[in-house]
Amino acid sequence: MKERTAIHSHGVRTVLVLAVIMIFTGSALAEEVYKIGGIFSVTGRASFLGDPEKKSMEMMIESINAAGGIDGRQLEAVIYDTEGDPTKAVMAISKLINKDNVLAIVGPSTTPTTLAVMPFAEKAGTPLISCAAGNKITMPVNPWIFKTAQSDILAVRAIFEHMKTRGIQKIGILTVANAFGESGREQLEAQAGDFGITIVQADKFGGNDTDMTAQLTKIKGAGPDAVICWGTNPGPAVVSKNAQQLELGIPIYQSHGVASPKFIELAGESAEGTLLPTGKILVYGLLPDADPQKAVLTAYAENYTKAFNQPVSGFGGYAYDAVNILAKALKGTGGDKGKLRDNIEAIKDHVGVSGVFTFTPDEHNGLAADAFVMVQIQNGTWELVK
Amino acid sequence: MEAFVQYLFSGLTNGAIYAVIAIGFSMLYSATELINFAHGEFVMLGALGLVTLWGGLHLPLPAAFALTVAGAALVGFLFERTAIRTVKKPHPIVLVIITVGASIFLRGGAMMIWGKDAHSVPPFSGHPPIDVAGAKLLPQSIWILVIAVVLAVGLFYFYRRTLTGKAMQATAINKWGAWLSGIPSERMVLLAFVMSTGLGATAGVIIAPITMCSYDMGTMLGLKGFCAAMLGGIGSLWGALAGGFTLGIVEALAVGYVSSAAKDAVAFILLLLILYIKPSGLFGTADASRF
Amino acid sequence: MTPSLKKGVAYALACSAIAGIGLAATNPYHLQVMTFIGINSLLALGLNLLMGYAGQISLGHAAFYGIGAYTTAILTATYGLSPWLSLPMAVAAAALVAFLVGMPTLKLSGYYLGMGTLGFGMIAFIVFREWDGVTGGASGFVGIPPLAVGPLNLSSGRNYFYLVWGVLLVAILVCRRIIDSRTGRALRAIHDSENAARAVGVGTMHLKLQVFVFSAAVAALAGFLYAHYVSFISPGTFDFLMSVRMVTMVVIGGMASIWGAILGASLLTLLPEWLHAFSDLEMVVYGLIMMGVMIVMPQGLTRGILDLYERARERHER
Repeated sequence: MKERTAIHSHGVRTVLVLAVIMIFTGSALAEEVYKIGGIFSVTGRASFLGDPEKKSMEMMIESINAAGGIDGRQLEAVIYDTEGDPTKAVMAISKLINKDNVLAIVGPSTTPTTLAVMPFAEKAGTPLISCAAGNKITMPVNPWIFKTAQSDILAVRAIFEHMKTRGIQKIGILTVANAFGESGREQLEAQAGDFGITIVQADKFGGNDTDMTAQLTKIKGAGPDAVICWGTNPGPAVVSKNAQQLELGIPIYQSHGVASPKFIELAGESAEGTLLPTGKILVYGLLPDADPQKAVLTAYAENYTKAFNQPVSGFGGYAYDAVNILAKALKGTGGDKGKLRDNIEAIKDHVGVSGVFTFTPDEHNGLAADAFVMVQIQNGTWELVK
Repeated sequence: MEAFVQYLFSGLTNGAIYAVIAIGFSMLYSATELINFAHGEFVMLGALGLVTLWGGLHLPLPAAFALTVAGAALVGFLFERTAIRTVKKPHPIVLVIITVGASIFLRGGAMMIWGKDAHSVPPFSGHPPIDVAGAKLLPQSIWILVIAVVLAVGLFYFYRRTLTGKAMQATAINKWGAWLSGIPSERMVLLAFVMSTGLGATAGVIIAPITMCSYDMGTMLGLKGFCAAMLGGIGSLWGALAGGFTLGIVEALAVGYVSSAAKDAVAFILLLLILYIKPSGLFGTADASRF
Repeated sequence: MTPSLKKGVAYALACSAIAGIGLAATNPYHLQVMTFIGINSLLALGLNLLMGYAGQISLGHAAFYGIGAYTTAILTATYGLSPWLSLPMAVAAAALVAFLVGMPTLKLSGYYLGMGTLGFGMIAFIVFREWDGVTGGASGFVGIPPLAVGPLNLSSGRNYFYLVWGVLLVAILVCRRIIDSRTGRALRAIHDSENAARAVGVGTMHLKLQVFVFSAAVAALAGFLYAHYVSFISPGTFDFLMSVRMVTMVVIGGMASIWGAILGASLLTLLPEWLHAFSDLEMVVYGLIMMGVMIVMPQGLTRGILDLYERARERHER
């Protein structure tokens, strides 16, 4: 009897383990719609990117559908959250490709998650338009991978060009210790020489650090003409406050990673005078009417604010552009992923939120240097600088 | 010299925060032999509570401070009652995993309530930074230092002079012995929980003005506080204080004189070395419990 | 039936179940989820030996997972070595580091041991992140080659699933051997009382170190499998939270139980996939489930479910 119990429990264990493993949810497929996948960091550290991206994607898909869809077919968005975790991103892309049978994918939001999923998109022959900034994504060019976020190369160039006009030669840099900061630091170091700028002190801070006075003191000691801080909220806001506390007295440049009204709110009066490169969305109202992007920017900003009752940031624009590019490229493909890819690569002069896109087989980001403008924070709002 | 003083200020400010968090860890440990991995989340609740009550509802600062700490302590009370007390025959590691679950739950809850974005509050008093030998000290840093020291001294007297404090210490030394001499040890455990989480929230309240408050700020702070508590010797009040300040100052000096990229590594290497030389931390006496 | 025959039957059952799932699962997504469950099970299995049997906690085991992954990534992608040559080197590197770190660290006990291993894990994470010339830094390491045996490409979904679960099965067999051996009994003696074990002549330090090194080697093996499957690694995968997740897998599944390691790993891998539907509520629900499982089944899922089964049967027989 005792023997039997033992056999039972052994067998039971095995069966239980397998039972738990084998429970998967299935879903029926409706072939009448075009499915577009979305992979965003909706929660977690990079939620400031993923959250507006998800909302923008949903908003855009809705409005395309309201206008009759693509070639008479409706679009459907299937969106998964990565929490910024590459392993979760890999699971999500596999689910999108194999279970949801999506035609194309928008996202992921961050560079590491994008780099992790790229081989899977390529293997499955599914076009992917990333919303991350890292240069490694489109350099070297992978035939199936595109991206809509302006790359750090352009942001750094915009800052350095502005510095040149102000005669700044020695700078200190302070970058966040993650993929975003690292990519920025690489570009800052690579391009400084071209503009006759020397980096006299380079430091880092942790994304959730509470105090950066030590780093700034060190930078101050090296006597630079300006400081560039490369990070995403909330770190740069702390840097801004600390710089005010230490009375640095030199111009502070931030990256496009803080280009949202949230930064002004967090940094308060310490943000006054801060310079940063940003996509035109933050200052769409100030643009001359001749600007080709003005109409698109105004429409996006107004729709977004109306739909979600939140101020618009440039981050959601990455997903907005990606969906629009996909919608344009989807026309006439009949749902063929290869044709879709070819169509994306052939897109020319597409006016989007992040800039004007022109893709070629060698250029999968497609943005020119004029995607960025320099702005300065004055009286708690953004002002264009020339 | 100016730079050194500035590093010291930065270290003292951060160190005081770590110390307050470490005291919370330590006091709970001595009463229950439990490390609360959700402790950092109570720091977060404190900071975000202040954002709502002071920054949002504009209550007077002392009232907002007290209400926030009381609110977090209430969450601690409910947590002990619902999730810790109810476990039958608990193995220490099981309780630790429950606190890990609680930390995820609290973080998720805070994300629902306060959103994914960070928030900020103004400093307690609006004075300009104070100039000391060329280095700048924020008035908020003085608030933090004073509150940390007052808390430590207050707790010291609580343990030494009040009957409840003595009873709590007796429970910490020997739960059954205390029970036999008529001390309601279960109530002492509950009290320790409430006080510990309240201390966590206090750390959150005082740090809120110098940093940015978001639902995910607690993890790193909790971890640092745990390090500080272990560095000083878990269960020791002065150890937690010493551990906190040591950690804070070492970090700041590491940024200044070694490398800002490796500042956490420097702190952890120091921690390992101290543990290797003195396996029970700086002020620790008893052997910590086994798993 | 003799015990050994019984065990044989159980393994045969497990083998055929794996083969069955491999054949039945047509969707690459399901195979991928199973592959990740296999990799996580391997992690939990090694850590379970250390925690469940030897009673030593490690809050820094993700470091060994990372060392395995980064060693093979650097050797194969940067230096062009064959993955089969880098495999023993990745495992040996983790074992060596475990040996060097374990010698002083395992002298600590309880939470101090937890802190010591946690500190080591943090240092390893910072090295992965900051040594950017070698590890690719925070953005990660790209282009790790897939595994292949001659013309057979192992990187396809089904083949990799078989590979991972085959490795897992072998690891389970090895663990079983260790647990049922003289060493295993000595380990359990350490778990119950280290002093008593020492008194009866068990070389506790030596033994603890052996288990620590072994569990690190298993974690490195898992890292190797992860790196060549995803072909991209970044420091975030091997951070403190991963170490905590590994400990959670072991405790939720049930300590000192091999099936528990697999159950725990399965639950923690599948749960986020199931909870997608909750979107922003996901974290709250996840935390509640974690707490709930531990409150209801403090002995872990294996023991807990068996208890439920026994109770149901008793009621039935009555």
